[in-house]
Formats: sequence, structure tokens, C-alpha cells
Amino acid sequence: MANRPQDTAGHNSPGLTLHVPEPHYRPGDAVDFSHLTVSEPGAQPRPDEACPAAETHPLATDLIRVLGDDNQAHGPWNPRLDAETLRTMLRHMALTRAFDERMFRGQRQGKTSFYMKCTGEEATSISAAMALAADDMVFPSYRQQGILIVRGYPLVEMINQIYSNKGDKLKGRQLPIMYSSREHSFFTISGNLATQTPQAVGWAMASAIKGDTRIAATWVGEGSTAEGDFHAACTFAAVYNAPVILNVVNNQWAISSFSGFAGGERATFAQRGAGYGLASLRVDGNDALAVYAAERWAANRARANGGPTLIEHFSYRAEGHSTSDDPSGYRSAQEREEWPLGDPIMRLKNHLIALGEWDEGRQEELDRACAEEVKAATKEAEKNGILGHGMHHPFRTMFEDVFEELPWHLKEQAAQANKERRIKWPEREGEQ
Amino acid sequence: MSDTAMTTATASASATAATASERRINMIEAINEALDIMMDRDPDIIIMGEDVGYFGGVFRATAGLQEKYGKTRVFDTPISECGIIAAAVGMGAYGLRPVPEIQFADYIYPGLDQLISEAARLRYRSAGEYIAPMTVRSPFGGGIFGGQTHSQSPESLFTHVAGLKTVIPSTPHDAKGLLIAAIEDNDPVIFFEPKRIYNGPFSGYYDQPVQPWKAHTDSVVPEGYYRIPLGKARIVREGEALTVLAYGTMVHVTEAVCREKGVDAEIIDLRTLVPLDIEAIETSVKKTGRCLVVHEATRTSGFGAELSALVTERCFYHLEAPVERATGFDTPYPHSLEWAYFPGPVRIGEAIDKVLAE
Repeated sequence: MANRPQDTAGHNSPGLTLHVPEPHYRPGDAVDFSHLTVSEPGAQPRPDEACPAAETHPLATDLIRVLGDDNQAHGPWNPRLDAETLRTMLRHMALTRAFDERMFRGQRQGKTSFYMKCTGEEATSISAAMALAADDMVFPSYRQQGILIVRGYPLVEMINQIYSNKGDKLKGRQLPIMYSSREHSFFTISGNLATQTPQAVGWAMASAIKGDTRIAATWVGEGSTAEGDFHAACTFAAVYNAPVILNVVNNQWAISSFSGFAGGERATFAQRGAGYGLASLRVDGNDALAVYAAERWAANRARANGGPTLIEHFSYRAEGHSTSDDPSGYRSAQEREEWPLGDPIMRLKNHLIALGEWDEGRQEELDRACAEEVKAATKEAEKNGILGHGMHHPFRTMFEDVFEELPWHLKEQAAQANKERRIKWPEREGEQ
Repeated sequence: MSDTAMTTATASASATAATASERRINMIEAINEALDIMMDRDPDIIIMGEDVGYFGGVFRATAGLQEKYGKTRVFDTPISECGIIAAAVGMGAYGLRPVPEIQFADYIYPGLDQLISEAARLRYRSAGEYIAPMTVRSPFGGGIFGGQTHSQSPESLFTHVAGLKTVIPSTPHDAKGLLIAAIEDNDPVIFFEPKRIYNGPFSGYYDQPVQPWKAHTDSVVPEGYYRIPLGKARIVREGEALTVLAYGTMVHVTEAVCREKGVDAEIIDLRTLVPLDIEAIETSVKKTGRCLVVHEATRTSGFGAELSALVTERCFYHLEAPVERATGFDTPYPHSLEWAYFPGPVRIGEAIDKVLAE
């Protein structure tokens, strides 16, 4: 670093400038992805699951890929899944996409307040979840509905939650898609960002304290890795060699802020793990086989007391952040169309076809069946009501579960709410 | 959970000589004993925090526990309050009952999001699927020349949060029973330990020698398990002239002031701020007709404001004078001017005079 002279008056060096990151393309711009290095499928080495963390670090700047343009699986990361498992994976992904389509439409029709799709990122939750044991504990962010689909959580329950209706097990307290299901080892989604990351590490530490065999996995967006919680998570995971997988879904965009605002211009997100001494992998997040293989590698490592792994899933958020933003206002529409890593469902479908285990006709049939299944679940859930059409939950539920027992001040406030109800909604007299 | 626990309805706080059968310990020893007893009773309890393991904590509250219960149940943590609280949330979700220590209450702020948005709301947002049965222990308050980062009393930040309980003991006897109750509680509890009185009660006269706990009857602590239910205040001294609401260190300062002035005050040690023993407060104020609130924390939006409002709302027609507050000033806690900041005998004495004058 240059020494700053004591006498600076009249110096003629240029003044300092602040760098404010700017994405490559804005609306209307033609895109050119030549700056992205896309590795050769099958060319990345697969270290032993018990290797020292540092041996993985070259993979933090590489990109683990299995599926090639020839639709075949290549190289040491090929998980060699049988055709039935691949079809199951495809079905989960198709069902998730169909679900997203219908729920998004439902929000536009006024059936709920909010929705978030995971279009284009299905593999990052579905293939990852399939690589875990069903009772491994997951701490998701808000775009991992695919995990619930994999674990067989009923669509009707998901929709009840989205509608905050009287069937909603969360009693209408949470914003749509902030699911919780202890039965499916699925942690309650916060809505605050990255808080789940160090919590997952804590859960994994507890599992290790108890000599359990279950591990934890958590998902966070690349934008949220800027939160202090993420760094606390990496530190704790490294310090205690916790049996946890930290999945970073790099979908390039945090609402309208591109990954550069989380430091993506300087280093990959997988490289952050290397700095903490975590095993760190960077994987093509639109390659369902590569995602499965990386997650399985990390799960095997963690279960064998090999410690934590950070996995960056390099993907693309094909739709808006949520129902509340229009991406055409901040990014080029061409980005999605020309994304060099393609679409995860299309790629897996083409792979199965190339294997002779699938065809376009069966795909059409699958898509139709998924749409029907979602439609039937929606009709079923709508019997429990939709958001805004009536207050679906008894007033007392507003005060329950703040504490295990109601203290006096909440009892007084509950009485006040009931009194107001009689004035505001006299027709609801008699409800509790 | 049964509340068959023992409650000390009234306790003489005057110094008396120890009898042979009485076991007297200080507040640190009482806290250490509560942790020891609970770790022995419940294998799901773990303790973590900065320096709590091998070293036993900077105030020695966890001394000997790692040796006794092992490194995976009592361990040091990175210097990350966010990480400590977050890990405790995850452990609670697993089924453990973590008792994290935050080395000083002044350090708790990096963990606030994990406390306020996470621990406090897990039960609610998951409709009871997940809970955060953690007890966050943390030394708080000033009077030890700790400067602005080792002296604060941030209790009202936590009493303002739906879903958190806040507990502050003022004696070794209460510290043990309240900590046991806090650890057994299935909701997150903030357990603030007034570090000025770890080793002895404090009269407010900083230039006088410290009186050790052993000279005080409230240092008589039964061996073994007992609990003091959260939400039950303690009447430190019955009286007729006015009601003084206090907690932590200020209970002792208030007591000394009243003794010195010869004021027949009814002093109530709140012990828990949330849930609050409103019944004890109302009963007392309706009897005396006058009320003073004393706390060390800064004044504006302090817990005294809540107490003053509650007393005014519920006892207005019994009041003979406005409710007064004697508190810390609205400044950071100064180092050299600590005893100018501290709400000591002069400030409390004046406030008492004012309440009694009307």
C-alpha cells in the first residue's frame, strides 16, 4: 500500500473513487455470457469423501457438472442413479413447477397475498433433498418448496398455509409459503434472511452431542450470505466440525440486486467456505445429477464425522423474486432465455430420453397429471377458505403460543379483542 | 410444570449472624449450584458461551462444570453472540435445553435478531411445532467501573418483545430458585444477573467497604433442588408509607436508603419483569397510596415507564401522589462519572421525599 505523504497539499494524484457494482445487463440489453466460465461436464475430480477440506478447494472455483450437451452423464461425479430414481426426481420437479404455476395464478386471482416460485431452481432443493435421509433435518430458506414435495408433504396442507385458511396448521399466522413441518424434519421458515443458517449448525451440533446419526442441511440465497448470521454459521460449523451442509443457492439475483452486491464480483460463493476451512463445492445448480452427487458427497462426509460442507449451487432465478416484483424492470429478459446452463427439468428429461427411459409423450402425460394433481389439491384446500374471505381462525389463537401459558396481560388483551369483535363483527357472535 | 415451588413471601433483609446450621453462599455460588443441579437432573441441558468451559467463566459462574459434565455439555464458543443464540435455537429445535451465557449484557446486541425474530417467535409461528426452551444468562448493570460496554441494563429491550420472559434476581437464594425455574421453563428466558451484587448486597455507598453476602440472611441457600416460580414478586419489607418497585441491585440500594431515612416503605422486588406480578403491585399500591419505581437503566422508555403506566391505570383512585421514577440518566454509562450516573441514595432519597410530600 502506498504511503500517504504528510504534506498532501496540491498533490496531483487522482481522487479516490467508489465502486458501485453494476450487473452486466439491464432491460433491453442484448446478453453475452462469454464472461462466464462453464466447465466441461465430467472433467472435475471427485475427492474422497474423507479428504482434508483443502483438497476440495480447487472445486470452489470450478463448476461440478455431470450432464453434457449430449444429454449423457459424465465423469466421477455421475451418481449412477437408476432410471426409476431419475423419473421420480423428474416427477418431483415437474410437480413443483406445476404447483408454482397454479399458486402464482392463485395470488393474481386474489386467493392469497403473496407467492414465491422456484422456477429454474428446482434441482437445488429436489435433487439435494433426495440425496439426504428423510429424517435429516432441513433448515430451508423460502424457495425450497421442492423439499416438502420430495418428503411427501401433502399439497393440500401447503395450499392451506398459502391461503391462511381454516385448515392452515400454522393458524394463519405466517406469510404464505413460510411452511413448518416437524413431522417432515422441516424447520419453520423465518422470512428473516439467513437466520436459519447458524440454527442448522446448532441443530447439527446437538445431533453430534447426542451421538445421533442424523445430519442437518440448510439453504440460503447468495444475497443473504452477506448477513452476519451466515458468517457465524460458517465459523461455528468449522469450529465444531458440525455435521451440516450449508447450501448456497446462487440464483444471481436478490430481488433487483445482482450477486455483485453480495461480493460475487470478487470471489465465488463457494470460496467463502474455503476461507473458513470448510469443504467447499461449486456445482451446476441446473444439473440435477451434479446437485444430487454433491449433496450426497457432503451428506456421506458429514455422517462419517467428516464435518461440514458448503455447496454453492450456481443457478438462475428464472422468474421474479416473488409476486411483488416485475423482473423486466431491472434485468434483461434475454438473460433467462439464453442462460448457458439451461433449465434443470429440460436437462433431466433429455437425459432420460437419451437413456431410452422416457419420451415426449410420457413427459406430456406427466405434466398433465401434475397439473391435475395440483388442481385437485387446490379445490380441496379452497373448501377451507381463501385469504380475506372471512377470518378463519378463532380470535383466541392470536394470543395462544406467544408463551406456553397465557400470562395475565395477554388474557386482558384477548378479552379486549373479543369485545372489539362483538362491535366490529356482531355476526360472529358465539365463536370463541 | 407444577408451581409447588417455594416462595419467600416476606424475608427480613437485615444482616444477622449466621447460625451453625445455615449454609451461606454468594450469588455466583448460587448460580453455579443451580446449573450443577440442573445439569445433573437433565442430560439435555448444555452450557455454552465465551470462556465458560475450561476457565469456568469470567465471573466463575460455570466453574467446575466442564470437568464434571464433559466438554460436549459445557464448552467455549466463538466470539459471536449471534452464533451463540442461533446455535441455541437450533439445539432447542433438536430437543436440547441450552443455557447459553452472554459474557456481558452489553454484548448481547449482535444476538438480538436471533432472540427477537427467532427464539421469541418459534412457538407462535410454528403453532407449537418448535419451541426455544433456552435460558440466556448474562451479567448486567453497573457499579463496577465497567464503562459504557460493561455496565448497561438493557432489560426493557427484552420486556418489549412478545414471547420473551425476563428474570432478574436480587439475592443468592432467589438466583438459585429462579434460575432453576427459568431453565425448566419451555419459553426463552433472559436471565440478567446484577453483577454488582454477585459478591455482596450493595447499599449505594460506593465508598464504603463491600458487605459480603455471608452477613445477609438472603444468602442462606438450601442445598439441592428448589424453584421460585416466574411471575411472583417478593415483598422485601412490608410498610405503610409508600410502595417502592425495584429489582436487582436497586432492591438493596432502596432498602438501605429507606433504613437510613427511617421511611416505612413497602419494598417489592419484582424478580420477573415478564411475566409481571401485577397482583402484588396493585395490592401494595392500593394499601400505601404512593409509588416509586427504581431502576438503574436509562429513564426514557425504561421498564419504569411501563410500571408507572400500569400503576396509574390500575390504582389511580388510590394514589395520593404522582408515581415517581428514580433511574439512571439517559446517557451512555460513563466510566469516571459512574457514581454521578448511578441512581444512588441521593436520587432515591429525593424521589421518596417527593412522593411523600404530596
